[in-house]
Amino acid sequence: MTSSPSVATSPETTVSELQRIASQIRRDIVRQVHGCQSGHPGGSLGCADYFTALYFHVLRHDPAKWDMDGKEQDLFFLSNGHISPAWYSTLARSGYFPVKELATFRKLNSRLQGHPTTHEGLPGVRMASGSLGQGLSVGIGAALAKKLNGDGKLVYTLHGDGELQEGQIWEAAMYAAGNKVDNLISTVDYNGRQIDGDVDDVLPLGDLKAKWLAFGWDVLETNGNDMDALLKTFATAKSRTGKGKPVMILMRTEMGQGVDFMMNSHAWHGIAPNDEQLASALSQLEETLGDY
Amino acid sequence: MSSYPILDQKDTRSGFGAGLLELGRSNPNVVGLCADLTGSLKMDAFQKEFPERFFQIGIAEANMMGIAAGLTIGGKIPFTGTFANFSTGRVYDQIRQSIAYAGKNVKICASHAGLTLGEDGATHQILEDIGLMRMLPGMTVIVPCDYNQTRQATIAIAAHEGPVYLRFGRPKWPVFIPNELPFQIGKAQRLIEGSDVSIFACGHLVWRALQAAEELKKNGVSAEVINVHTIKPLDLDAVLASVGKTGCAVTCEEHNRYGGLGDAIAQALATHKPAPQEYVAVNDSFGESGTPDQLLQKYGLDVPDIVKAVGRVMKRK
Ligand SMILES: Cc1ncc(C[n+]2csc(CCOP(=O)(O)OP(=O)(O)O)c2C)c(N)n1
Ligand SMILES: [Mg+2]
Repeated sequence: MTSSPSVATSPETTVSELQRIASQIRRDIVRQVHGCQSGHPGGSLGCADYFTALYFHVLRHDPAKWDMDGKEQDLFFLSNGHISPAWYSTLARSGYFPVKELATFRKLNSRLQGHPTTHEGLPGVRMASGSLGQGLSVGIGAALAKKLNGDGKLVYTLHGDGELQEGQIWEAAMYAAGNKVDNLISTVDYNGRQIDGDVDDVLPLGDLKAKWLAFGWDVLETNGNDMDALLKTFATAKSRTGKGKPVMILMRTEMGQGVDFMMNSHAWHGIAPNDEQLASALSQLEETLGDY
Repeated sequence: MSSYPILDQKDTRSGFGAGLLELGRSNPNVVGLCADLTGSLKMDAFQKEFPERFFQIGIAEANMMGIAAGLTIGGKIPFTGTFANFSTGRVYDQIRQSIAYAGKNVKICASHAGLTLGEDGATHQILEDIGLMRMLPGMTVIVPCDYNQTRQATIAIAAHEGPVYLRFGRPKWPVFIPNELPFQIGKAQRLIEGSDVSIFACGHLVWRALQAAEELKKNGVSAEVINVHTIKPLDLDAVLASVGKTGCAVTCEEHNRYGGLGDAIAQALATHKPAPQEYVAVNDSFGESGTPDQLLQKYGLDVPDIVKAVGRVMKRK
């Protein structure tokens, strides 16, 4: 039993409905992180619109039929595992597990580990992540399995921009293009921030679009905090699959999006709000589906 | 001395940061490298004072190990900083080939080791790193027990020629090692003298071992507590002398029961002076999210677990 209704996924969900869901997911994010006084609100808030669009509009999936193999379902892999609160809220709100379980985030004996894991059997999660840079390879493997199985559904992955500093990402990038893994839609949370500061100060990524193009990917750009733009980009991305190239979406977001004092810096990458800050954050985010 | 008052509560990683800053001032060859965790590793003071000797590598640990190895060619003494998982498992072959086999003077400094990093959970809580590093020929492995000792060890490893793995942690923890107690690589410290059982511990569990010894004393058991801050090379003389007297051993570590301090002691005893031993260690599992105290309790690394292990081992004498 859930303490508040989950929302059924439907391809007809409108932009305004999706924005309402995203608002609730943002509330869930700050409440989860506040509840255990640890975790990563910044990137989670920035990607709330992406998760909403993906799970409530784009993915062809049936939470009731969840299993590890996910045959004839679209699959999603979170490579930047630290933004787990956004994913957990999305999974719960789309019916993978009870919404009230969000209250156990990062606590002892929880299925909602600090970083996502298959170890505790949380429905919706097919791979452990947390150590950065590994998810693109996993996505490629799952996409190859789909091809071997004659399964025409797609594989989606999400990555941080700081995460792209890991060499394994570029090994995977080369592999996917070189081997025409064209049932894969990857996205970079291009927020320009990481732990120690702005990505440009820590280790600049250079011309990211030119890099992915040079590696042989089909590259799209979008604003990840504009629901309408996101939906259009996903539609375009889908239309580009099956054409011999993996698809990359460079998605500009604002770290901390939706909570004014968490925006415009890297400061809220990985710290929790206190009671006062929580109240201020929640006052900026409409409760649309009922808090857990 | 039979009791160690708590001098302060500080994280061991801050002891590393303090030691590194002192080294920066005293040794111009010391350089720092970090992979987007400058604040977590407490390397920011060094970075601020010696910006030209600090290298922000980005989230690219394998590259960091290679660059550190290269920096030694030309006489630099590189100190790499990231979490213990990303300092070892993530970059094992880079360490193996470019640092250990090549015999390079790199100091691999690893924070957030073990269960006590807490809420981040199992992906970050490496419990296998002591084993991984111990297996590398020529690697020195040091696990200091509190802030003061981590500071001392950081300074000491700069003067030691050869690769070193220095393991420390995240939480605030009792500081109890007096600054006057000298730190010497490879020289274990007998913190409490006893005659019934030898408790060998490293890292955060040294404090737990001291607490267990107090408990045992109330029950009339005289426990010797030995801080094995250097796991490799092991202080064989200290181990054999203590077990020669007590006749049994308990080992305590924030690590899997395979490959760590317990196995180092077991090997020493089996090959030189067989004696019963009990392990206080993680029982071949991954960790999980929780607070440090909750996790030490759940995974059997707490004071009552040490006391029980002593009871078991003494029956086997
Ligand atoms: C291999 C690895 N190295 C280091 C870390 C520690 N870490 C966690 S998040 C993070 C920064 C990630 O930056 P980005 O991908 O841009 O995510 P954002 O901060 O934007 O959420 C780092 C260095 C890690 N989790 N994995
Ligand atoms: Mg980022």
